[in-house]
Amino acid sequence: MSTLEIRDLHVSVAGQGDEAREILRGVDLTVDSAQTHAIMGPNGSGKSTLAYSIAGHPKYQVTSGAITLDGEDVLAMSVDARARAGLFLAMQYPVEVPGVTVSNFLRTAVTAVRGEAPKLREFVKELNGTMKGLSIDPVFAQRNLNEGFSGGEKKRHEILQLQLLNPKIAILDETDSGLDIDALKVVSAGINAYREVPGHGVLLITHYTRILRYVRPDFVHVFVGGRIVEEGGPELAEELEANGYERFLPAEVMS
Amino acid sequence: MSFEVPTGREEAWRFTPLRRLRGLHGDAPFDLGKIVTAAKADPGVAVMHPHHGDLRNGSAFLPQDRVSARAFDSFEEATAVSVPAGLTASQPVMISLRGESAEHAAAAHTLVEVGANASAVVVLEYSGSATLADNVEFVVGEGASLSVVSLQDWDDDAVHLSHHAAVVGKDATFFHTAVSLGGSVVRLAPSVRYAGPGGNAELRGVYFADAGQHLEHRLFIDHNEPNCRSRVTYKGALQGNGAHAVWIGDVMIRPEATGTDSYEANRNLVLTDGTRVDSVPNLEISTGEVVRAGHASTSGRLEDEYLFYLMARGISALEARRLVIRGFFGELVGQLAVPELADQVMTAIGGKLEKGLS
Repeated sequence: MSTLEIRDLHVSVAGQGDEAREILRGVDLTVDSAQTHAIMGPNGSGKSTLAYSIAGHPKYQVTSGAITLDGEDVLAMSVDARARAGLFLAMQYPVEVPGVTVSNFLRTAVTAVRGEAPKLREFVKELNGTMKGLSIDPVFAQRNLNEGFSGGEKKRHEILQLQLLNPKIAILDETDSGLDIDALKVVSAGINAYREVPGHGVLLITHYTRILRYVRPDFVHVFVGGRIVEEGGPELAEELEANGYERFLPAEVMS
Repeated sequence: MSFEVPTGREEAWRFTPLRRLRGLHGDAPFDLGKIVTAAKADPGVAVMHPHHGDLRNGSAFLPQDRVSARAFDSFEEATAVSVPAGLTASQPVMISLRGESAEHAAAAHTLVEVGANASAVVVLEYSGSATLADNVEFVVGEGASLSVVSLQDWDDDAVHLSHHAAVVGKDATFFHTAVSLGGSVVRLAPSVRYAGPGGNAELRGVYFADAGQHLEHRLFIDHNEPNCRSRVTYKGALQGNGAHAVWIGDVMIRPEATGTDSYEANRNLVLTDGTRVDSVPNLEISTGEVVRAGHASTSGRLEDEYLFYLMARGISALEARRLVIRGFFGELVGQLAVPELADQVMTAIGGKLEKGLS
């Protein structure tokens, strides 16, 4: 059982010129393993900033607040240490890395996270099995990481990494964006397979309710203006589906 | 032929730190410097060490600058490798030029001739400590194939100015890969001209400039015959204060060189602040009938986004850099004509990377 705790988190990014712009304005959130939390909000509300701040992207400056994983200070950890501690971020825009094959990358990452190199034969077997479960053609193992992949292929590979790296808490940043319905089902099934394993928690960030039909959340948080403005169960997602974000937005944005 | 002492304002010298050349470009005498040369080859391949006056017909070599001309006038004994027509050499020809001290200037000359329809791999390994000016001639006969790997694996204080001039015969193939890792100043000028139509030249380069290192590669492809092909691919990485890489890619397509297929590319990966890259492709086309003539040059930071993505999967900063750099150089290093050299080069690159991060 693991717990990711976020307390009064304030985060800024460097804006035009030297001025820092505050994006997150006091976020409080607790994610236990065995729970799935959905964060929903309009574009520009700071959802992705929250995801990247948890993962430690250098662009985002935490100005106050705390993030802990089982009591350990996540903010004091380097990006790679956070991943090894059991955090995983499935990215909205996975990066293309020329000259680095999927299989070489995955074996290096698995070695880093597990603390020892898996036996090559066993790893190949594990990789092939996991790829098959996500309907990924085995030839992708020898392709350069994300290079020339379609949007759907990139997202499947994010879930492939999720399953192989087996983190305690997975943060999925708009994993559903750009997916057609078939790909969405495959990706959702992959997330559900991960969720079913005890000790795995999910923080699912999304703009749309569509994925929540396949990945049912336990809690839904509405994110507006850099903070959580309302919390509830799955029924909150249904309300958002029906009425959109309008009632959460400040009046001037509506006009 | 006489060449003036360069001042540094000349186009050919404007990127080179003349003050660090220990007079190689001026009048530094060559009689005291010493380079130990050794060559190893198949029994069927002739290796000779002709004295200055005995090099056959004085060879076809035409120096293009003062340093090269002085070296050509001054070397005492050349290394001459000759692969007879029709022979496929079963082992790479290993030529080693090892310097013992950088205190005095030295000159050297190497000639590699590959007869018609013969095939050979030649490895030139420069190592040790030296202030060296040298010329290497490659004469590739009709239908022949020659693959050269030139390793500039110098000690930190070496200064090396070198011309590698190839004449590629009708329907012949010439591969040349320069690997420049060591030395204080290395300026290597590979050139190609064709002795008949149908020639194919591929020039590749891998370099990694550390703090204070000047690594310069000046390529010249002279498309002087019809229906010839040339490819130039040079990739480099730079790290540390004062690391300087220069890449000049001159391609001339003469009026008679119809049907030319030529492409050159230079890519630089900048790993830290304080480095400098000068990358200058020059393409001069005098015929409208070319198959392809193009160039590309890019210099970019090792992308922070790559590193974040890899580190977000638990991979350490050093390992992430190593992965990206191995990927960057892998394509070229993987194609080295001697596979055992690939590991050696990758290990050396990894060592430099580690040194840069410590």
